[in-house]
Amino acid sequence: MYATNGYKKVVVVPHSMGVLYFLHFMKWVEAPPPMGGGGGPDWCTKHIKSIMNIGPAFLGVPKAVGNILSAESKDVAFIRAMAPGLLDSEILGLQTLEHVMRVSRTWDSIISLVPKGGDDLGRGFQVQESTKYGRIVSFGKPASEVHSSEFPSLRSQKQGSLHNATPPPVASCGKVWTEYDDLSRETISKISENKAYTANTLLDLLRTIAPKMMRRAEAHFSHGIADDLDDLKYNDYKYWSNPLETKLPEAPDMEIYCLYGVGIPTERSYVYKESQPGRCKSIPLQIDSSADGNKNGCLKGGVYFVDGDESVPVLSAGFMCAKGWRGKTRFNPSGIATYVREYKHKAPANLLEGRGLESGAHVDIMGNVALIEDVLRVAAGASGVELGGDKIYSDIMKMSEKIKVRL
Amino acid sequence: MIPSSFPDYMSEVIRGRPPDPPGLKLKKEGLRAKHPVVFVPGIVTGGLELWEGHQCADKLFRKRLWGGTFGKLYKSPLCWMEHMSLDNETGLDPIGIRVRPVTGLVAADYFALGYFVWAVLIANLAQIGYEEKTMYMASYDWRLSFQNTEVRDQTMSRIKSNIELMVSTNGGNKAVIVPHSMGVVYFLHFMKWVETPAPMGGGGGPDWCARHIKAVMNIAGPLLGVPKAISGLFSEEAKDVAVVRAIAPGVLDKDLFRIQTLQHIMKMTRTWDSTMSMIPKGGTTIWGGLDWSPEEGYVPNTRKKISTFDDIDDHTKDQNTKSKTNHVHYGRIISFGKDITRAHSSQIQRIDFRGSIKGNNIANNGCGDVWTEYHDMGFSGINAVAEYKAYTAGDIVDLLNYVAPKMMARGSAHFSYGIASNLDDPKYAHYKYWSNPLETKLPNATDMEIFSMYGVGIPTERAYVYRQSPYAECYIPFQIDTSASEEDGDMCLRDGVFTVDGMKLCLF
Repeated sequence: MYATNGYKKVVVVPHSMGVLYFLHFMKWVEAPPPMGGGGGPDWCTKHIKSIMNIGPAFLGVPKAVGNILSAESKDVAFIRAMAPGLLDSEILGLQTLEHVMRVSRTWDSIISLVPKGGDDLGRGFQVQESTKYGRIVSFGKPASEVHSSEFPSLRSQKQGSLHNATPPPVASCGKVWTEYDDLSRETISKISENKAYTANTLLDLLRTIAPKMMRRAEAHFSHGIADDLDDLKYNDYKYWSNPLETKLPEAPDMEIYCLYGVGIPTERSYVYKESQPGRCKSIPLQIDSSADGNKNGCLKGGVYFVDGDESVPVLSAGFMCAKGWRGKTRFNPSGIATYVREYKHKAPANLLEGRGLESGAHVDIMGNVALIEDVLRVAAGASGVELGGDKIYSDIMKMSEKIKVRL
Repeated sequence: MIPSSFPDYMSEVIRGRPPDPPGLKLKKEGLRAKHPVVFVPGIVTGGLELWEGHQCADKLFRKRLWGGTFGKLYKSPLCWMEHMSLDNETGLDPIGIRVRPVTGLVAADYFALGYFVWAVLIANLAQIGYEEKTMYMASYDWRLSFQNTEVRDQTMSRIKSNIELMVSTNGGNKAVIVPHSMGVVYFLHFMKWVETPAPMGGGGGPDWCARHIKAVMNIAGPLLGVPKAISGLFSEEAKDVAVVRAIAPGVLDKDLFRIQTLQHIMKMTRTWDSTMSMIPKGGTTIWGGLDWSPEEGYVPNTRKKISTFDDIDDHTKDQNTKSKTNHVHYGRIISFGKDITRAHSSQIQRIDFRGSIKGNNIANNGCGDVWTEYHDMGFSGINAVAEYKAYTAGDIVDLLNYVAPKMMARGSAHFSYGIASNLDDPKYAHYKYWSNPLETKLPNATDMEIFSMYGVGIPTERAYVYRQSPYAECYIPFQIDTSASEEDGDMCLRDGVFTVDGMKLCLF
């Protein structure tokens, strides 16, 4: 396309997980074969004008965690609260969530969406509000609120401590197997006793309950923050889709945009509980939909909400463009210009408007006229400066300030 | 379990299990996908969709105007024809209209509901392991002249790029190309384009074909053109239209509702430069002169069961009785009047039409905006054409130049129909020769193989008997003489059309 269009560089428009996929691609294309495409260290600067990331899940999405843990999201939890027994009916032998889990756990790509950056990023909220968003999974509402000093067990996690000792006892009504069937009830109790999990310890939790899937997936994805990006280990492709463990290409003329909706409550962390053992229920954990919040309404039905586009929290979507890559940082050595442009969500007024022209929601934003105009302008030749630079409504800048990551 | 297709299920119940399709049969033999496959569709089988149009086509964005539901053409045929036409001067897009080929296997797997083109082959290939990454549909806008598909859409660059990618990502296994119908001629042009240096060509170098192509499997390729291209260009007719005329005389002619069907269609199809790619090539050397043709002695065996040995016997029999039956002059592609088709050339008085005055067409006013180049022809021009009596392949190009000079001027920049004397003459480097196998050399690729695969046994249009159309206010002045049929029931000449076996379409 570059060659047949008068050698005009390409504008790339990734959406959601595609954002991570394209990050991986940019590393792949410049890496030598056989691991990479052998395009050479200047392939990106030669072919790419700008990358307009829409609804970018750069630092992962918490709802992936709910999905892996219990095949739940806020909507499923809601259904469960409204109509208990609908999804898990013993009489009908339904194993809806077990089926969903069995299928989705073969989709390695979901692991790319597990929150990245560990505690350093989770800490972003600790000071500002009393809500401890950093605890992505808490068992019981109190655990989600009390200060971490009251849970010594939080700090003294040993990797092996959760491992399975006794053989599994609970025979489910048998049809659908998930890795939960390999865990004993004892292990589950230990899990919930540990009370609260942050982004770091969360990975340990996932490795305990789904070791097979995590072994496979962790050959392909990594979730930390690099200490020394020049360490040779970071040449492995599993780091390529984590913006905190990889360097952007050498392309000073390129531009990177983070375009996303704001103003919609978005899942940020969960209150869990052990589920009642049942004949057909082999998933031992579920969102505690009885946990409801106080005045500010951030906790509802077992789910803590923050600002975002209903799927991706503002932090994950905006941090890299706002701070992680802004200027010349070790993640962005050539100083590629970054722009944060947010779109304030405005729900459609009535049914006739369909999905709306000013929506900020994760997928519906593709119909947002302001976003479409921005993309068209860039495709027709404009630069980020000509678009007007940053356009921010949320607290992304303040949040980014709080995060102490070495740049 | 509910059967996925009820008719298939019922026919299985009634007739028993059908034999394994080739894909399944060969899979059982152990065959597996190896060489990437490229399909090159022919004329009219590739889907075309609308990207920009006039107001009447508002609801048709990215809907297929050709193929599928044809943009619901029945709702507004004039709007449809307006959008399916190209620009009369340039052969490219009209102002404000952009119609583009559909991409992907879906471009030509089915033509319209249930009518398969490539789908069956694709399904069989899939059974031995092929999928999207090892199969590529080289779709192109089949209305354009071949070089213009690169000028406007960079189609050939894309084909080159895709073939290179498929070869390199399939362990270096060279590609097998499978062109069909006009796609055969298009791919011939491509093979020259790809090795020619830029900007006229793709700059792939003189060994591009040798490095990337294992075999070219031409299906039903009109490498030397087809006679029905002539009747199409001359009077917008084919055998089928002639039959309609015979059955219901006056329906298309009388123009009771001033619909002017054929004139409209002619106006549209004469903007499709590709139709000129199939004018017969090689002149009288290949297609025969006034008194001879390579197909002499052919007798259609439409009623007899086809069996190779029987055919040979019948032919020798016919040679003996040749003097008895009337000698069919297939070399006379167009004859005015049935008696002309029989008479020996010495008995025909021909007045050369070349250079004759065309005169003014007084019917100009009655046609409205359905303009074709026939509007520039008056009675003297029409008579001049008819007075020439018999046209061989050598005369056809001149005839078309006479009746449609504008179209042919555009076409002559893109196509050529002769036989090269000296192929090393630098003039043959021009792209207009690239799709004529008699005016171009094949690439340097000794390991490559070329297959010519085509059906036989079906009577195929070879030559026509014409007459002047009855005068009307707005009309196409020539039409196939449907009253002309052979008396002795040999069925070689029927409703004005001579037929032969579908065998002479492809010499190679």
